[in-house]
Amino acid sequence: MTDRTLDGNAAAGPLAELFAIELTTIQSTCASCGRAAPLGAHLLYADAPALVLRCPSCSAVVLRYSTARERLRLDISGVAFLEGSPSGTS
Amino acid sequence: MARAALRRRLSWQLAEVVSNEHESARTHRLTLDVPDWSGHLPGQHLDVRLTAPDGYTAQRSYSIASSSERPYVELVVERLPDGEVSPYLTDELRTGDQLELRGPIGGYFVWHRDIDNAPVQLIAGGSGVVPFLAMLQHHAASGSSVPMHLLYSARNVDDVIGGSQLRTANDAEVTITLSRTAPDDWQGPRGRVDRDLLAQHSVRPESMPRVYICGPTSFVEATAKLMVELGHDTAAIRTERFGGIGGAS
Repeated sequence: MTDRTLDGNAAAGPLAELFAIELTTIQSTCASCGRAAPLGAHLLYADAPALVLRCPSCSAVVLRYSTARERLRLDISGVAFLEGSPSGTS
Repeated sequence: MARAALRRRLSWQLAEVVSNEHESARTHRLTLDVPDWSGHLPGQHLDVRLTAPDGYTAQRSYSIASSSERPYVELVVERLPDGEVSPYLTDELRTGDQLELRGPIGGYFVWHRDIDNAPVQLIAGGSGVVPFLAMLQHHAASGSSVPMHLLYSARNVDDVIGGSQLRTANDAEVTITLSRTAPDDWQGPRGRVDRDLLAQHSVRPESMPRVYICGPTSFVEATAKLMVELGHDTAAIRTERFGGIGGAS
């Protein structure tokens, strides 16, 4: 299978394993370029070893998440700021 | 309110298959009874997990085809010939079988009547129409007066998903274009979704519609680009690409 580039909405299931609120409706400000967009509108690299979300403006890696081999790994060093409604509505 | 704002933890649950029926040339409609279902918003999806006797698991996301006004949760599954999951779902599952799933998932690619009064333009390629069937059903069931338009590209008549629902949807404007072959008496447009087709059969940018585009990656990217060229605001366009093989048009 070729590597799939999807929308961040497709990351909602995996991220719900970890976060108690719906993360894809949350506005994330990119640590690289400073532009904000809902995580659901980010680019998702679905077939990388980890789930990788990239900024829709500058393509910088914003978030990486993996639960491979029974280890949870989360890298959000590409996020400067998260903001949104705790009810998960957009 | 803080308590209400916290979602129930997303966990796997068992659904029972009510029916598994042919929906279009390459898809089946699975109707599922999910005892602990919390309800969902149109456009949300769920994850299905299959577990082999040796413990190997495979997991896939499917858009929900029904609105929560319906008694059961319905999925439309496209049978991918080399798929690990879809051939089992379409060919093997029988009424009364159990299926493991979790959901609803996603809050971004959704529409419901309380969002706002902006008109809605839905654009689907192939099985990308599935979440829109839920939105259209909710639109009708909730008596929403928001103008809703669907532009749907299918290869041919046999590939049309949700045909009976779309034919009787008199609260929304539905345009189906057949991209490969069309019967001689076909009344709708023919050919792929291009700039002219969008200009002719979608809500104009001056009406400030919310735009939802769903389909294979290439379809979504090309269509979103054309909508921006036609004058739609990037922020008003929401997209859902799926990586399935066998494109929409």
